[in-house]
Amino acid sequence: MVIWSPGGTLSQPLVSTRTCFESATKMATTNSRSCLQYLLHLAHDNLDFRLPEIKALLALRGKQFQPIENFKEKVRKTNSPFWCLGGLSEEDVRGIMARSVCAKSAFELWGHGHTHSELRTSLLNYPSENMSPFMEKHSTYRINVYTFNKTLEFADRIKKIDALDYLPFEGTVSLKSPQHVFCLLEDYGTDPNDIPDHPYYIYFGRWIGDGQRELIRSHSVKNRHFIGNTSMDAGLSFIMANHAKVKENDVVFDPFVGTGSLLVACSQFGAYVCGSDIDYNTIHGKGRSSRKNQKWRGPDENIRANLRQYGTEDMYLDVMVSDASKPVWREAALFDAIITDPPYGIRESTRRTGSHKDTTKPPDGFYVESHVPVSQAYHLSDIFTDLLNFSAHRLVMGGRLVYWLPVYRPDYSEEMVPLHPCLRLISNSEQTLSSHTSRRLISMEKIKEPEEQDSLALGADPSLSPYQGHNAFREKYFSGVNKRSGKEENKPEVNGE
Amino acid sequence: MKLLTHNMLTSHVKGVIKGYPLLIKATEVKMNEVEFNPQFVSRMIPKLEWSALVQAADELGQRQDLPSEVVPDYEKDEEFLKKVHRLLLEVEVIEGCLQCPESGREFPISRGIPNMLLSEDEA
Repeated sequence: MVIWSPGGTLSQPLVSTRTCFESATKMATTNSRSCLQYLLHLAHDNLDFRLPEIKALLALRGKQFQPIENFKEKVRKTNSPFWCLGGLSEEDVRGIMARSVCAKSAFELWGHGHTHSELRTSLLNYPSENMSPFMEKHSTYRINVYTFNKTLEFADRIKKIDALDYLPFEGTVSLKSPQHVFCLLEDYGTDPNDIPDHPYYIYFGRWIGDGQRELIRSHSVKNRHFIGNTSMDAGLSFIMANHAKVKENDVVFDPFVGTGSLLVACSQFGAYVCGSDIDYNTIHGKGRSSRKNQKWRGPDENIRANLRQYGTEDMYLDVMVSDASKPVWREAALFDAIITDPPYGIRESTRRTGSHKDTTKPPDGFYVESHVPVSQAYHLSDIFTDLLNFSAHRLVMGGRLVYWLPVYRPDYSEEMVPLHPCLRLISNSEQTLSSHTSRRLISMEKIKEPEEQDSLALGADPSLSPYQGHNAFREKYFSGVNKRSGKEENKPEVNGE
Repeated sequence: MKLLTHNMLTSHVKGVIKGYPLLIKATEVKMNEVEFNPQFVSRMIPKLEWSALVQAADELGQRQDLPSEVVPDYEKDEEFLKKVHRLLLEVEVIEGCLQCPESGREFPISRGIPNMLLSEDEA
């Protein structure tokens, strides 16, 4: 089903009428299966980024995040790696695992409890018609034991598996290539310095699939052809693409594209990608290398080459040398998502074209054709005003803007997050950089078309005041740093993730 | 530079009112094979300014038999979609420039990459 809106742009609803009909029919015929619960086992890092990622991936399928009753507190309070969800189909869960970089594995939850005795009761109460398709006589299976925050001896693992003999398995065990895999998961808490003798909680389920954490290794910046000082690490790039609800056939734009790390991630998820950057050398892949043992960039080092490296060159639209503060794009719903990492004014200078007030020294320009005639400092507050305004005018309805906001922690408060009347704030995830600085991944969704008064209102927005003055963040960043590492002259060793 | 991108760009020279579409003056054009994705092409058609695409195709001598209007029911017309696909994604301007139709200002394209930066007095 396709909806035409005025202006001739195309918008697609999240859930087509066809899908609604199908799930309604499915529910009527297989009622017990539609009430199934699923267990997500999440990786224990980038903690703040996980919930927005899972929610975004659920939203892509028109579904809500519905933690099972007793688990709501767990998800919020204890940073537990185990989330139990309802209101989903197995297809939904597979869909999430096909994209998530935060989730390690997903299971169809059969039973759970604080103790093995509770688990046993829970499992014996699980409807046998839900178990039997996977316990058949001529099928093969294996049971894995996973312990979070504790290492278990092999013998102990075997003991735990043996203790599950009350389950009606009729098939044979196959360790090599079983048809069905089950898992006993034990949660020993999140404090590595205080590991209990017995788990706080235990789960048992049928393994459905693994997440995409392999992408973190396969797309590691360490092995990428073209990198820069600020190339986003692979894990975070994919998380950003997920926060932005990128999907196949989307058009994604990055206005501070640098070496294209974010475009690499989005292209992997089927989006067509384009970007721009004010730095001519980076866009053309010229200049000094960011690699420790390499002086100059080679001929195959550019954004397009990065996409080619991962087999997504067909998704490459274009990159341009352009000043993000002076957009060259028509005002229309051009982009499904805008994903970017604006300069913070630390490792890369913030620049824009303009008049003489504040000339910053151009980067050690080996390519004398300096294509930025006069550089003016691009005040951080202006970067965000422009970015939000640009997004409000050029995102499709429902499209997302995902970007990093640098934060001086002692001063931070939620009111500092820039707002715009046409964009709704979806999430705000912190990544600590040092004791006094961090950056926050902000995700916003377009909820209304801009009107004349919206752009004017922004100028007076008090939330942008902490970023007024181009050195605001830079000064605070360096105030706590000791003399030795005060100036970031050395090429950082690329340590990826 | 691909024609899909060109269709979305406009002149931002100060004071210009009719800055769209940018004129293309190409000195080197390359054909680059890209996998045909009918869903993507169908999605893009309503976003395009069709007349600008036709004009750009003409400027590059690549129009062939592209109609001057979008055909009805294009989603099912594979022939038509393939023609559009070819123009949007497979034709690439490698060297040349984009010209503002009102001010005449030229933006160079080199190695397939447009340079849209303005100087201080134009901004």
